[in-house]
Amino acid sequence: MKNRYEIRLSGSGGQGMITAGIILAEAAGVYDGKNVVQSQSYGPEARGGASKAEVIISDKEIFYPKATAIDILLAMTQEAWEKYSSDLNPDAVAIVDSWYVKDLDKPGVISLPLSLKAREEVGLEIIANVIALAAIAQITGVVSKEALEKSLLSRVPKGTEEKNRMALEIGFRLGKEAKK
Amino acid sequence: MNKDIRLLQGNEACALGAIYAGCDFFGGYPITPSTEIAEEMALLLPKKGGKFIQMEDEIAGIGTILGAAAAGAKAMTATSGPGFSLMMELLGYGCMAEIPCVIVNVQRGGPSTGLPTKGAQADMMQARWGTHGDHPTIALCPSSVEESFKLTVKAFNLAEKFRMPVILLLDEFIGHMREKMEMPAAGELELYTHPQPTVSPAEYTHYGDGTSVGGPYASMGSGYRFNITGLTHDQHGFPTGRSDEIQWKMDRLKDKIEKHRPELVEVDQEFMDDAEIAVFSYGGAARSAQQAIREARAKGIKAGLVRPTTIWPFPDQALEEILRRVKTMIVAEISQGQLLGEIQRLNQTHTKVIPVQRYDGEMLTPNEVLNAIVEVTK
Amino acid sequence: MRMHPSYEMLRPGKKFPHVWCPGCGHGIVQGAIIRAVQKLGWSRDEMVMVSGIGCSSRMPVYVDFNSLHTAHGRAIAFATGVKLHNPKLHVIVITGDGDALAIGGNHFIHAARRNADLTVILMNNNIYGMTGGQYSPTTPIGKRASTAPYGTAERDFDPCALAKAAGAAFTARGVAYNALELEKLIETALTKKGFSLVEAISPCPTLYGRLNKEGNAVKMLQWQKANTINIKAAEKLPMDQVTGKIITGIFHDVETVPYTEIYDRIIKKAQGK
Repeated sequence: MKNRYEIRLSGSGGQGMITAGIILAEAAGVYDGKNVVQSQSYGPEARGGASKAEVIISDKEIFYPKATAIDILLAMTQEAWEKYSSDLNPDAVAIVDSWYVKDLDKPGVISLPLSLKAREEVGLEIIANVIALAAIAQITGVVSKEALEKSLLSRVPKGTEEKNRMALEIGFRLGKEAKK
Repeated sequence: MNKDIRLLQGNEACALGAIYAGCDFFGGYPITPSTEIAEEMALLLPKKGGKFIQMEDEIAGIGTILGAAAAGAKAMTATSGPGFSLMMELLGYGCMAEIPCVIVNVQRGGPSTGLPTKGAQADMMQARWGTHGDHPTIALCPSSVEESFKLTVKAFNLAEKFRMPVILLLDEFIGHMREKMEMPAAGELELYTHPQPTVSPAEYTHYGDGTSVGGPYASMGSGYRFNITGLTHDQHGFPTGRSDEIQWKMDRLKDKIEKHRPELVEVDQEFMDDAEIAVFSYGGAARSAQQAIREARAKGIKAGLVRPTTIWPFPDQALEEILRRVKTMIVAEISQGQLLGEIQRLNQTHTKVIPVQRYDGEMLTPNEVLNAIVEVTK
Repeated sequence: MRMHPSYEMLRPGKKFPHVWCPGCGHGIVQGAIIRAVQKLGWSRDEMVMVSGIGCSSRMPVYVDFNSLHTAHGRAIAFATGVKLHNPKLHVIVITGDGDALAIGGNHFIHAARRNADLTVILMNNNIYGMTGGQYSPTTPIGKRASTAPYGTAERDFDPCALAKAAGAAFTARGVAYNALELEKLIETALTKKGFSLVEAISPCPTLYGRLNKEGNAVKMLQWQKANTINIKAAEKLPMDQVTGKIITGIFHDVETVPYTEIYDRIIKKAQGK
């Protein structure tokens, strides 16, 4: 396993990319004991507009907090894919939402039904961000599943734990299927 | 006991640092990218019996904390560029009336409305000279989430000790970034609270003799009645037009900084022992510089970092010494040269000074700093 | 020798003579405030007098309370902090028409809205005195000022109506001529929970009077006497006999829960009590 990962979670405002970034960073940092830095860029909109969160996970001290060569990219919208996929590492893992990202200009991209499964199986599209995190954990191993679950459950509103666990399982499953 | 390790935003760490320091009053007005500090204080203060109030504007925000502090509170406000501009008059009031408080400015791109969600380091000179008149300034500048916490604690300590507003000059990069930090246990960090007077009310003067550092002073409502005014005043706090008293007051304000520089100024140095090229940088920009000097060292270049965590008073002495020692100084900042100007002012030895600047809302990249370092060696 | 009853609450050895001109009404208002505090039996130590900038705002220097002379327009913001941090203190804001209603207008209406537990004594002399007679938000339209040599083109504020509309718990108006009524109004305002306002009409013979040819201090007070009607009497008079007169008395008086008490409830809620 590499000792430094640069991860970018991108989508549109309201898709929970920054929340996902925080959950991932907390999982890797607090529960897996790695060094982490999480940052974001966003516009003035609370909903809509391109939004990204970046997480750097490393065994060593992290100085520069922004990602420069992406190891793992998540793009939840076509706009995010086009805006944020230009600086991928050659061996980067790129995961996109199959519902919103149709037009892919690179080979080897993993297209997963994240928002579709969120709607169909959980009945809550907003939870696609959790499915995405679980798929990332399954595919890349950048964070342990246990840490991800602990971090997630410590951050989500009370009463939504079951739905979030369900979303994790869906994500792990999609990840396994993608790896085959 | 288990360590309390948390993933925190720079802004959250600032709020938690304030609570740790004993802050019991926050007044402010919402503004990006500082609002998380107000939100956190609104949540935490009432839990410990403290007060939070959202005022009608930033002028009222600083006004209300000055009032609360005069009545004995450890008080804070937080804002960003436009709000900081509005606070300037009362920042001067706090200096003149010698009221301790902490003012956080999470810097964003300017001028005017500028870049609300993007960072900058271009309020450095405003922090020093934004209010009118000669006056002292203390401004601290964190480069990490953990420093955001610890320098907030230090800001409260200095405010109490030096009896003046202390500015925490955060920037959006650090304010909105999340890192993990180990929460200091109670008692782990030193806390300073000013002593109360012990003389009788009849003998008490609110601005006693000599310098004011570390001396006792009373709060309103404590049984010591005194006057506070923004007018130039005598040692009792009463307005004066006498030139000897004016001189006394102005010297008092100046001396409390000038005579205590060593205790105020802190400069962190990395790889400086044998460095021929020094990078001078603070706050968010220093994170890029930290990465760059390590990459330079990996290439065998003798580069080091000079990173002040006190930007005002400016670390004149440390810098002059380093300028004599190194061949080149690279000044990395997210501004059009506010930091550079201070270096040039102090560069008596005519050491080569090279600016690396960015002001497009983004952080400097390590490569931009590294390229400047490599260029020097050619 | 018998001492003046106000003497014990002043700073005679330190800050007198005061800056106010002969014939200025501000000293009368100061006397009324001191007598009101004496009647209530409050000690100097529990009193905080907060002011802004202007002639009226010089008062805290003369009165031996905890005194806070702030920046122009900002007295109410400072006072809100004092009161919220230490609700046991009685906080009086001393302000003028320019200080409270122009530069400090935003703080004035918002303190009334949030029902900050302050007593604001707005000394209205219809002009900026300290800077030399410029027109203020209460200079009546057409009246002269140094910046209105042909008369003002602007309408004036009614501070009591403004405060009531913004949510004040208590509003009243008195005049310097009737010092006893003023004292009673201030006493009532001081005991009132929440935001209370007493507008004290105070003549400025040096600037307003001279620029508008209203005569000397005595004439201005005589005019006040002749043109002041208590609200109870005014209510019984036909409109044409009330227009142009100064109406005094209590305009608005409601029982409210002040901000500081509501915030105490928030503290209990946050602490799970």
